[in-house]
Amino acid sequence: MSNTRKFIIAGIFIITGLVFLGKLFAIQVLDDSYIRESTRNSVRHIVEYPYRGLIYDRNGELIVYNKPEYDLIVTPIDVKNLDTATFCQVFNISKEDFVKKMSKAIPYLPSPFIKQVSHEEFAKAQDHLVNFSGFHIEARTVRAYQDTIMANALGYISEITKRSLEKDSADYYKQGDYIGQSGLESYYEEYLRGKRGVRFVIRNAKGIIKGKYQEGRYDTLSIPGNKLISTVDIKLQAYGERLMTNKSGSIVAIEPATGEILSIVSGPSYNPSLLSGRNYGRNFQKISTDSLKPLFNRPLMAQYRPGSIFKIMQALVALQEGVIDTDTYIPCNQSLIGCHNHGAGETLKGAITHSCNPYFRNVLKRIVNRKVSRDPFEDTRIGLGKWSEHIRSFGLGAPLGIDLPNEKSGLVPYPEYYDRAYRNRPWKFSNIYSIAIGEGENLVVPLQMANFAAIVANRGYYFTPHLIKSIGENGGPLPRFMEKKYTSVDPKHFDVAVEAMAEVIRSGTGQYRAKLKDIEVCGKTGTVQNDPLPDHSVFIAFAPKDNPKIAVSVYVEDAGQGARAAASIASLMIEQYLIGHTERQHIEDYVMRGAFL
Amino acid sequence: MRRVSDNIVNKMDWITGLIYLVLILMGWFNIFAAVYDDSSGAAPSIFSFSSNSGKQLLWIGVCILTIIVIMAIDFKFYESFAPILYGVMILFLILVMFLADEVSGARSWFQVGPAKFQPSEFSKLSTALLVAWIFKDQSFKADRLKNHLLLFAAIALPALLIIIQGDAGTALVFGVFALVFYREGMQPLYLVLGTSLVFVFVLTLLLPNSYLYSSLLILSVLVGGYTYLSNKNTKITLIVLAIAGAASASILSVDYFINNVLQPHQQNRIKAFINPEADPRGYGYNVIQSKIAIGSGGLSGKGFLKGTQTTGDYVPEQSTDFIFCTIGEEHGWLGSFVVIAFFIALLLRVLYIAERQKWRFARVYGYSVACILFFHFMVNIGMTIGLFPVIGIPLPFFSYGGSSLWSFTILLFVLVKLDAHRMQVLVRS
Repeated sequence: MSNTRKFIIAGIFIITGLVFLGKLFAIQVLDDSYIRESTRNSVRHIVEYPYRGLIYDRNGELIVYNKPEYDLIVTPIDVKNLDTATFCQVFNISKEDFVKKMSKAIPYLPSPFIKQVSHEEFAKAQDHLVNFSGFHIEARTVRAYQDTIMANALGYISEITKRSLEKDSADYYKQGDYIGQSGLESYYEEYLRGKRGVRFVIRNAKGIIKGKYQEGRYDTLSIPGNKLISTVDIKLQAYGERLMTNKSGSIVAIEPATGEILSIVSGPSYNPSLLSGRNYGRNFQKISTDSLKPLFNRPLMAQYRPGSIFKIMQALVALQEGVIDTDTYIPCNQSLIGCHNHGAGETLKGAITHSCNPYFRNVLKRIVNRKVSRDPFEDTRIGLGKWSEHIRSFGLGAPLGIDLPNEKSGLVPYPEYYDRAYRNRPWKFSNIYSIAIGEGENLVVPLQMANFAAIVANRGYYFTPHLIKSIGENGGPLPRFMEKKYTSVDPKHFDVAVEAMAEVIRSGTGQYRAKLKDIEVCGKTGTVQNDPLPDHSVFIAFAPKDNPKIAVSVYVEDAGQGARAAASIASLMIEQYLIGHTERQHIEDYVMRGAFL
Repeated sequence: MRRVSDNIVNKMDWITGLIYLVLILMGWFNIFAAVYDDSSGAAPSIFSFSSNSGKQLLWIGVCILTIIVIMAIDFKFYESFAPILYGVMILFLILVMFLADEVSGARSWFQVGPAKFQPSEFSKLSTALLVAWIFKDQSFKADRLKNHLLLFAAIALPALLIIIQGDAGTALVFGVFALVFYREGMQPLYLVLGTSLVFVFVLTLLLPNSYLYSSLLILSVLVGGYTYLSNKNTKITLIVLAIAGAASASILSVDYFINNVLQPHQQNRIKAFINPEADPRGYGYNVIQSKIAIGSGGLSGKGFLKGTQTTGDYVPEQSTDFIFCTIGEEHGWLGSFVVIAFFIALLLRVLYIAERQKWRFARVYGYSVACILFFHFMVNIGMTIGLFPVIGIPLPFFSYGGSSLWSFTILLFVLVKLDAHRMQVLVRS
């Protein structure tokens, strides 16, 4: 009996040893989750945020830069013996807040506890941090601005939204990362953001870093974002914003030879610093609910009827189609459409200069109804289709492709559009003729009108307007901004348009507020109907007449005739850009006073 | 004198001695690794007496001296003085409760100047000697009820005193003597009862009571019905019913036991055993971290001093009760295999030595040594890999600590001494 028992006891010893070896084999060799756990325990990855790229103006003036702000980070598992009362007092939070924030943090991982601690709190907290084990400060940068201007074009950055995170197929972003949300910050995000670096370090249970993980094999350096050199002249931009004070509308100025945007003003605007840093949430709420819509980027989002300016385009298309020539005389027959009293009739140049409505009604009829079909409805369809294509070649009816998000298309009517509008009932010229004078269904955004001014200045071509002339120190703009685009109208036809626009300033509606002493300005006023409110005041111009340096469109909402507010502002912008100051202080005062009606 | 020592050198069991030496040296290196911290820049030395590894080296020296002393003492001393040693130890166990300061909930340490001394560690040795002494006559029958009472009283007295000190873990070790009694002829009933009690206890913890009751009901109806129908023997049926009743009573008592008898830290250890993930930063922390350290070792380990978890102090008590984590993390499954193989080799060698004794005192003592070492081995390694609840008892020869290393050394080498003289003993019938 004792023999069996001897073996039973020996058996118990051996079986225990085998069970241990089996269990050890299972957790050490078969199950690799413990290896991951141990890595999660002891290997910390420290993200090194790169500096976001800076933005300069065309003359090398700094517009956007970074300044440091501080996040308080917590690693809950390391929080020991915390004096909660002192903690809450130092960081000025309530006990409930503390508990709530703490319960949201993942025990093993460092996560933001209070974001963007102010400088003062940081200084105060530094002394106390020694006693708050498990908490540390991480510096990160926020955007800062040299001036209060250009907010809508620059855009802002803020924490990435859940939706964007889900859409981030490249898996670049993590929760809590900052991303450009609008304007250039959004459009050039992938250039500006740079490349995050990461360091893997081994730390012990107390959080003390004991060295690099695997000799730093997996570490990567952070690479700062590209700097962007803007096409904007920051002085001109500031001046434009000053002129637009207390007005709704926009100013877009373009260098015709390159398509570079010299200034892009949206009024009313906001101070871009408000959407940077710790008060982002509160300020965003305030700005986005403002009834004046300061976040609405008017130069590319506000769609207006083009008004009389459209007559120039009409003339160019007619010349190209050969339905008129520069000497074609048409009487001012006010029984067809109303007009201002300027005489019995005009040839082309005079018709543009005096903005003759019956003239252009007739011109459109000539373009549209060519008797190519015996069916008058079908004939109109064909003619309008042709017309629409010409007009679109001027960059209307579709987004121009500026390097900013949310650009609107405007509208150039085309046959299918009217089919829909008239619910497939027949329509003909008498239904659509108001588009001849830039009213009716036409819609444009101010950027398109500035681009049109540039097209006339260039006598027939344009470069897509853009805001960034160089990505990186010696880079270029995006390739598509270097393609020269011609309209469908032969450049030889543009001379009459230029002459007519020069005449507008010399003797027409622009002579009172847009004429400059030494610079020959070419321009065209527009007065856009806006019933029941006062008309919008519109003006496009370029200067000098020969070898133009600047093309401008100005929209001032509810300000009446284009010859007043818009013409004044456009000419002041030209003066400012070409000679650096105005010699017509009374015009500047007139604009600043703002009483145009 | 010289002749005696020549004799003893020739006669002593060198296999045991070698295994012992390997184990304490492996233990020493692992203690060094467990407390290794080079974050201050300088790599610490294994000999530095300010660290645990340096102190352990001192204790190893003390143990070697002690072995020489044990070998020099007359082998009959251990038998003759067994009751006295036991009595003195009981006295110390009582005294320590009044004289000691409380250390982490237990009053079990004597502090004499810089030296600390833990009577409970040595009470295992003196109890083993007393049990052997009780058994020393061939005529002593282990299957008598009267003798059962005597034997269980001998192990219950020190165990109870140690429980009162607040060190329940060490007290549990005394339960392992049941295995010794079994070898010497006691009915297996106690072992079966004890094992089934533990079994029911664990089942009660793991499963809802309703499951247990219903399965118990079905089982007893099936077994009872079957025995009744096949034998018409009401006695067996009654026994089955009695066992079922006892089982349900113990199910009932487990909840009461856990909530009312166990102290909060003991309750937590049991909760951690069942589901450590329920509180990974609280009571589950030790078990989770211990398993992470061992489990991340892989097949061949991260390398000596390269364990991120152990050198990073993620595992608490890692140079004492959780020393096996260092082995598992830095030396992997292969290293664990070597350590477990050496332990099993030592245990089997001790059984072999015990079995070759003609003198019953020496044989019973040998079994006691094997079973005490086994219990520590089983519970300590078992708890680090989640097979046992956390019970704070050391891994023999590995865990840092003078009292434990010293007492295990004496325990083992008293047997080696007795074995060396086995030819000098006349078998008393």
